[in-house]
Amino acid sequence: MSTILWITLWGAALTYLTRIGGHLVLSRFETVHPRVEAALNAVPAAVLTTLVAPALLTAGPAEFIALVVTAVVSLRYGMLALFLAGAATLILLRQVIG
Amino acid sequence: MTTESIALRSSESSFWQGVRLGLPVVVASAPFAILFGALAVDNGFTVTEAVLMSALIYGGASQMVGIELFGQNIAPWLVVASIFAVNFRHVLYSASIGRRLAHWPLWQQAVGYFVLTDPQFAEAERKAESGGKVGFAWYMGMGLAIYVCWVIESGLGAMFGKLIPDTHALGIDFLLPIYFLGLVMSFRKRPLWLPVVLVSGVVSVIAYKTIGSPWHVSVGAVAGIVLGALFVPGNGKDALK
Repeated sequence: MSTILWITLWGAALTYLTRIGGHLVLSRFETVHPRVEAALNAVPAAVLTTLVAPALLTAGPAEFIALVVTAVVSLRYGMLALFLAGAATLILLRQVIG
Repeated sequence: MTTESIALRSSESSFWQGVRLGLPVVVASAPFAILFGALAVDNGFTVTEAVLMSALIYGGASQMVGIELFGQNIAPWLVVASIFAVNFRHVLYSASIGRRLAHWPLWQQAVGYFVLTDPQFAEAERKAESGGKVGFAWYMGMGLAIYVCWVIESGLGAMFGKLIPDTHALGIDFLLPIYFLGLVMSFRKRPLWLPVVLVSGVVSVIAYKTIGSPWHVSVGAVAGIVLGALFVPGNGKDALK
């Protein structure tokens, strides 16, 4: 077996394990404690934030303004609209200020 | 009309609703799939190997890390460990989303967890939050749209990667943070949303600077989740509403 295939198969198996693992562990318990429930409800905001936050460290004016526009548009419109607004702002500003 | 055909028609329309939700993700991730394919070939992969990695691992950031480390001649088991580390956040998604998928037959759950990516998790949580039932057809409509495009685009990138124009001017490197910020905002009605965002954000940035990537994701996320667990809103009742 080539090294690349070996890496791919093991990588795929372990990745699938992370995708079922949390559920497999949690489903062993019959009831979910309110504290665990509250913790799980915090998962989306907590994890997704960590995917954005480091980008702020390297953001210049164009990137920063694009994020602000995205946040403002998100208050009224859905995912597709806010994504297009943010992306358009970014591309436009990068043409102007680089 | 028989009940069966009504049921079939409604699951068909939920499938297309799911596909529609997948569209922004397809747009945002396309550049990365193409870039992944191009970089994979640069690092010594064949086109088939690049496509296979996208089809089997199906996790953008971890694939990028994988080919990067492979190209540096690092021990294969370390490459695998790094892929695992980058994908570790899915354990949290899986624990949280399990509550919404528990009513599916076992084989549907097995398939569903395979396509559990960041946007897939976020949209399913949003659907459950707005009172909707997370159905298999709806879930897979979104999942398949993203998956099929991801695999095909990786192949295109591997074959034609040398033709990519100026990626900076096109904003490609910053599309995902924009998309993820949109997802973060979409959960703003949840209890403790702002404190959780602030704590996770600050802690992940500190971890990013000290421990380094990809552990800033797990460390920052755990900080926000612990905060959520410490303050149970309304004695834990109606926490989802």
